[in-house]
Amino acid sequence: MDALISVEHFSKSYGSQKAVQDLSFEIRGGELFGLIGPDGAGKTTTMRTLVTLLRPDSGTMHVQGFDVSKDIRNIRSITGYMPQRFSLYPDLSVDQNLRFFADLFAVPKKELAARLERLYHFSRLQPFANRLAGRLSGGMKQKLALSCTLIHNPVLLVLDEPTTGVDPVSRNEFWNILRELRAQGVTIIVSTPYMDEALFCDRIVIMHEGRALAQGTPAALIEQMQLPMYALRDSDVVMRFAVIEQTPGVVSVQTFGDTLHITAEIGTDEASLTRSIAAALGHDVVLEPIAPSLEDVFISLIEKETRHAT
Amino acid sequence: MRRRLLAIVRKEFTHIFRDWRTLLIIILMPILMIVLYGYAITLDMRNIAFGVIDDARTPESRALVEAFTENGFFKPLGREVNRQEIEQLFMRRDALMVIVIPREFSRELQPGKRARVQLLIDASDSNVGTFVSNYAEQVLQLYNRRLNGSIPLLYDIAPRIFYNPDMNSTYFFVPGLVALILMLISALLTSIAITREKETGTLEQILVSPVHSREIILGKVFPYILLGLMNAAIILISARLLFNVPMRGSLLLLGMLSLVYVFVALSFGLMISTVAKTQLVAMFMTLMATILPTIMLSGFIFPVSSMPEPLQYLARILPATYFLIIIRGIMLKGVGLAELWPDSLILTGLGFFLVVIAIRRFRMRLE
Repeated sequence: MDALISVEHFSKSYGSQKAVQDLSFEIRGGELFGLIGPDGAGKTTTMRTLVTLLRPDSGTMHVQGFDVSKDIRNIRSITGYMPQRFSLYPDLSVDQNLRFFADLFAVPKKELAARLERLYHFSRLQPFANRLAGRLSGGMKQKLALSCTLIHNPVLLVLDEPTTGVDPVSRNEFWNILRELRAQGVTIIVSTPYMDEALFCDRIVIMHEGRALAQGTPAALIEQMQLPMYALRDSDVVMRFAVIEQTPGVVSVQTFGDTLHITAEIGTDEASLTRSIAAALGHDVVLEPIAPSLEDVFISLIEKETRHAT
Repeated sequence: MRRRLLAIVRKEFTHIFRDWRTLLIIILMPILMIVLYGYAITLDMRNIAFGVIDDARTPESRALVEAFTENGFFKPLGREVNRQEIEQLFMRRDALMVIVIPREFSRELQPGKRARVQLLIDASDSNVGTFVSNYAEQVLQLYNRRLNGSIPLLYDIAPRIFYNPDMNSTYFFVPGLVALILMLISALLTSIAITREKETGTLEQILVSPVHSREIILGKVFPYILLGLMNAAIILISARLLFNVPMRGSLLLLGMLSLVYVFVALSFGLMISTVAKTQLVAMFMTLMATILPTIMLSGFIFPVSSMPEPLQYLARILPATYFLIIIRGIMLKGVGLAELWPDSLILTGLGFFLVVIAIRRFRMRLE
């Protein structure tokens, strides 16, 4: 299948500040694609360019064959975009907001009633139809914003950190809605700083300070890294993680309550690592091999990147 | 096109009526402004305090002082003034004028003789000094004529003053105020209309629809035209009720041309709105670009023809310059479109020019 979206060597700067550098990825129709990374990674810049709000400095972006720097209106009419900040009219009611966007996107009047019903059904906002948007809770606001971006049945949905600042229950509900949409064939790009949400995506690109560090399916990324990771369950040594960090063969140490997660260098075997750490601490330790999480992958990627830089 | 435009118009109306506080300000501000400015800005002087040094103390000298007080222009100090304190009176601004009537005043009022009266005038404010001197001279002439009514003059100038026989400067200023306030409020309304959406982020959301810049700009102009027209009505009614400014021409014509003027001001505000990043900047730019030029250059106070040439060119691109000619013409002279068509045409042209600029300047992207 052809790529619905193709980003090739995309770079964008604001003055002297480089927001995104040489980013390339492709998204196939029907995929749930994640842009993963902390603040300042360049996720918003990438998304805004994709929905034609910004122009690429260099490189190209195409959505369904349309060029983002030329075919603005074509792309805008097949795309639904939800900015990071709540951007609907707080002094308009839920219903007025939905109808306003239906008019902007020229939704056929005959279909409007059916579409509104469907959107109210999945968002469960029907009882709040006459409430002002500004008076909704955080989770309901996000669902209304999503509904407004769906009113014209977009081919592509671009969601910029839709779950940031939303309570866990609403977050879960929101992701269920996204999965449902994907099942209906909508291509979705979502950005998030949360690694646990990255696991819900079909494929992801991990971004950091404007660069793509890795991309692929979450499972493949974890596997590819082949990170030897060990847990050290010993409440007495938690405070001495700095000593362990200095031990040869150790890449990084993270504390999780009274457990330490130790990432070792690739190729280090368990026995020699146990000996080195025991020598450093001055007493015996028991290392327990564990499977790395996506977060571990991310942290080790960043460390590799910063080591390259210095 | 029609549907998106209507959607934006409807949305703007909802904003306007939901936000009743702003609506109240929009209604009350012009009334407040016209009351404040209308009563403060006047070139007519009344109650000019003056002192009298009456050395004659005769019925004739008292009649002269009375002649000064009887029409309300002058107001006596109410106490004796001696020669030594004249300068102090001026310094403390207790009086702007002192009349000195010499001892032999009544004796000199005989046929064949000339009675002398001295007027001392504080002209530190030269305009005021001139006014006081002119008024005083007229009072003296009146007094003269009353005494020597029978003496024929060689020639007699009988001025006939048109349109404002009392030369009441309120009639001159209030139409100007209408122009100033309408421009200011209308431009302010729209200057924040787009910047507000930039600030709240809603612009980002509507930009990613297939909307055109002309739909956004025109969709914002139409609702505010109604608001601006309402404003015009409020200002004109208060001008009529508070200051009795005459309305000699066609009210309908004035209404229609006010509509054009409001359209120009709204388009100007929108043009600022496309440039300014925040509401605060937009408001500041609007205040700077409307109040000062309108007051100084449009003929609001100073006639355009007496300005240096470069400023006259500047005056010619100000919408208020044309509207002032129109509104003074209609209200005070009762003229119609036959005389006003060039100004009306230019005003309309300015409006379309500004709205096109606003549409072209409007960025369909975030950069």
